[in-house]
Amino acid sequence: MALILDLAVQGAQMALVLLLAPLLTGFVRKVKARLLRRKGPPLLQVYRDLWRLLRKEAVVAESASWLFRIAPYMIFAATWVAAALVPTFATGLLFSWSADLIAIVALIGSARFFLALAGLDVGTSFGGIGSSREVMIASLAEPAMIMVVFSLALIAGSTQLSTVASFMLSANVGLKVSLAMGLVALVIVAIAENARIPVDNPATHLELTMVHEAMVLEYSGRHLAMLDLAASLKLLLYMSLIGCIFTPWGLAPAGAGPVAYGLGIGAYLGKLAVGGFLLGLFETSIAKMRVFRVPEFLGAALMLGLLGLLILFVTRSL
Amino acid sequence: MSYGLSPSLAAVLLIPIVAAALLALIPSYKLGARLNVLVSFATLAAALSLFVVERPLPGPYLQVDDLNVVFIALGSLVGFTTSVFSASYIAHELETGRLTPTFLRFYHAMYQLLMFAMNLALASNNIGLMWVAIELATLTTVLMVGIYRTHEALEAAWKYFILGSVGIALALFGTILVYMAARPVVGPGLDAMVWTILMKHSAAFDPALLNVAFVFLLLGYGTKVGLAPLHAWLPDAHAEGPTPISAVLSGLLLNVALYAVLRFKLLLAGNPGVIAPGPLMVAMGLTSLVFAAFMLYRRRDIKRLFAYSSIEHMGIITFAFGMGGALANFAGLLHMTMHSLTKSAIFFTVGHISQVKGSQKIADIGGLTETHPILGWVLVVGVMAIAGLPPLGIFMSEFLVVSSTFARMPLLAIPLVLGLLVALGAFILRLNSIAFGEPRGSTAPAKASYLPMFAHLGLVLVAGIYLPGPLVAWFHHVAALLG
Amino acid sequence: MDRMILDVAHLLAGGLLLVSFMMLYQDRLPALFNVFALHAFVLALSVAWQAYVQAAPHLYVTAGIALIFKAIVIPVVLRRIVVKLGIYREIEPVVGIGSTMLAGMGLVALSLALMLRVTAEADALAREDIAFALSVVLLGLLMMVTRRNAVSQVVGFMSLENGLVLAATGAKGMPLVVEISVAFSILIAFIVIGIFLFRIRERFDTVDIQALDRFRGERQ
Repeated sequence: MALILDLAVQGAQMALVLLLAPLLTGFVRKVKARLLRRKGPPLLQVYRDLWRLLRKEAVVAESASWLFRIAPYMIFAATWVAAALVPTFATGLLFSWSADLIAIVALIGSARFFLALAGLDVGTSFGGIGSSREVMIASLAEPAMIMVVFSLALIAGSTQLSTVASFMLSANVGLKVSLAMGLVALVIVAIAENARIPVDNPATHLELTMVHEAMVLEYSGRHLAMLDLAASLKLLLYMSLIGCIFTPWGLAPAGAGPVAYGLGIGAYLGKLAVGGFLLGLFETSIAKMRVFRVPEFLGAALMLGLLGLLILFVTRSL
Repeated sequence: MSYGLSPSLAAVLLIPIVAAALLALIPSYKLGARLNVLVSFATLAAALSLFVVERPLPGPYLQVDDLNVVFIALGSLVGFTTSVFSASYIAHELETGRLTPTFLRFYHAMYQLLMFAMNLALASNNIGLMWVAIELATLTTVLMVGIYRTHEALEAAWKYFILGSVGIALALFGTILVYMAARPVVGPGLDAMVWTILMKHSAAFDPALLNVAFVFLLLGYGTKVGLAPLHAWLPDAHAEGPTPISAVLSGLLLNVALYAVLRFKLLLAGNPGVIAPGPLMVAMGLTSLVFAAFMLYRRRDIKRLFAYSSIEHMGIITFAFGMGGALANFAGLLHMTMHSLTKSAIFFTVGHISQVKGSQKIADIGGLTETHPILGWVLVVGVMAIAGLPPLGIFMSEFLVVSSTFARMPLLAIPLVLGLLVALGAFILRLNSIAFGEPRGSTAPAKASYLPMFAHLGLVLVAGIYLPGPLVAWFHHVAALLG
Repeated sequence: MDRMILDVAHLLAGGLLLVSFMMLYQDRLPALFNVFALHAFVLALSVAWQAYVQAAPHLYVTAGIALIFKAIVIPVVLRRIVVKLGIYREIEPVVGIGSTMLAGMGLVALSLALMLRVTAEADALAREDIAFALSVVLLGLLMMVTRRNAVSQVVGFMSLENGLVLAATGAKGMPLVVEISVAFSILIAFIVIGIFLFRIRERFDTVDIQALDRFRGERQ
């Protein structure tokens, strides 16, 4: 009986992330529009776009290979699993033993790999530009992410997200400068990975400035729907990650009752709202960087991660 | 509580600083130059009296012991003779318009301030105070090197300032580390910076910390000594500053910086657990020697030539102290004294030569023994001395270094002797073109003061033949302490 | 409470290190002066915290000196000098930011490893202060080496001095000589800077060190 309940809760989390992802994207768009004194699209517009795309015919280029057709499913699957593993409203769920930070980084990495390949697959030049830029960004963002993971692992004693979250909730954390540096580094990485301003403009129509959009330029129909949903899931993933590590309040502990879960969901929605608002605010107030400046931006994240790690070593060897 | 002061020591310190203040206020440069000479003579008298008066007990800031009493006297002597030289040199500089009277006030005040700083560094018993004094000395010389305001002088002064400041900063870090090593044993506060107290307890200090501290101190003060590869400021500073400053730099400031390194080496010698600082000093000394010896060949500016010679000799001295052992240490101390006297005498001569010929380039100077016999032959004697030929003083100390190296580590003697021979060759070549051969440049008579050069070279000649007993005893005593 | 003390000291020392890194990539002089003011401010906080923890009231004086002189007076004066020299808007080609940052990281790792190993016997607060102080000193040195503008070289040197002040306060109980030497170096560096920057400017019409290098005299 308990097993069925746990399974239900875990399933509920998986469904929750899938349902909330488009809402989050719509919310961010709405915030940006409002800050620019426009009305903006309705909050549920992304759902409608997805539904429209699903019913359309998928047009595939003649030069495309089997990879082109498979890639959207791979990417969607990997991203959904990763997003479902991050504790959103409760820790210690049924599959939380597999919710390891390194596993999540690997899942995101494989999704990116397939996306880059898909961009190259059709042989257009814009796809090539997008893929090469994406991989350049990743070559700096991933090490930065790993540095942050190391720091967290050193502080919390484990890379498993539930353990990390419960550690952050406890009083042992203390005032750590490495955590502050890790937070800033993780935010920078999240912005880069999700193709947000200042790294990439998700609403651009100019192909020469695209990174993520260039790779999905050839897709249409249900393939495009999967890729869009995957992108929204990725945004949700990074926000829940930052939320559960650095603002873990409201997370229901393992085996709590439905009230705690309800509170957890409420807290989670609040965190998403705040995160979405801050993201919209940030994107509106800053300009997009030129592509050759992006390595400097990400280099800063890498440096912060490294520095936090070094300072952590100092503490531990004292 | 005793402050480590006796009337002599107080005089040695107070006379220069008061004079500096006075000289800053006197507008007439002639009076300033004369006062400079007088004050330097008074300081010399006070320093010599340190030999005869009873030594005070070491205080928390100052002390007089076997090691520094000789250097204080030597420093005051060189300061006095340089002030005599400076008086005649400056007159000529004014005539040619390279300096103006307002600068001269500044120059004389800085000169006495420099003397004060050097005496303070030598007499200090407190490692922090020693650092402050050496920083003050660095800053005064930086200001004086840049006094000509030509492009080259400013570049030299800026380079000297940057490198000197970096060296001083590293030395301060080393000083802090020594304090940190001493604190658990001696207790916090002033006591952990007093050198005599540190010497007593050095065996109990943490060896690892002392090792790292010495490396920083060697790098920091070693920059001021001019050891390769930290020597980059030295040739420019010697070549572009006024010649009295080159004499004081080579003759005194390099010695004071090396003295600081020696003090810390003494400290390390008391602790059995430290890595011997010798090999590092040997390596740096040999590098400086060989590098400078080869660099002597292509120098076209006469002051730059002798600046590299200073690097070479400081390398020999550092090498000697690095080798350790009673004989090598004695040789090092002797060499410090002899080099100081010889090099300053050479710079006196060179100063007058460049004034007479109107240029510092070797190509413009030639046939000196014909056109200006006194200057020419004094230069010949000086170069013979600095190249290490007998019977002058430096030959004695170099001989002692070489023989002790042959006895202890024959392999190292090869680069040592190689460097010495290369330097000798370079000097013979250059001397040939400067002092002998076709006369070049102007043949106007020189209005030089010959007394300082004669005095120094006379002393070097005497020391090559006979060293007074008490001096030998002192040096032996310190050599034994150095380990 | 003990953990808290260590954590705050850590926070401030780590912050100082971070600001040193920020100084490395500034290519405009006004921004550099602002970051330097921040550097001195964090230093003042760190020294004040040490004063509180060690119960050493004379360190409050050092913190005050750092705050007033280095965080306020010197940046203001430097800004005026730079306006007079006419290089206020210049953009300095900073030597390869990526490689500079990596070199800085290497230096920090090296100094931390060295200092922590060597000071095994001292107490935790002193050890970490010395370790971070050496890192700041080395980063200041790196900044002096990678800069071409005389003014930014001087700012690098002053950040090096800041690191030394941190080291000196970390070594508990160092007597008044510290204050004297600190104030002394500020004062004299100031006089020398003032004199030199103007002399260099009037002679060379620029403060670009590469221009000075042409007068190196006999390229050795």
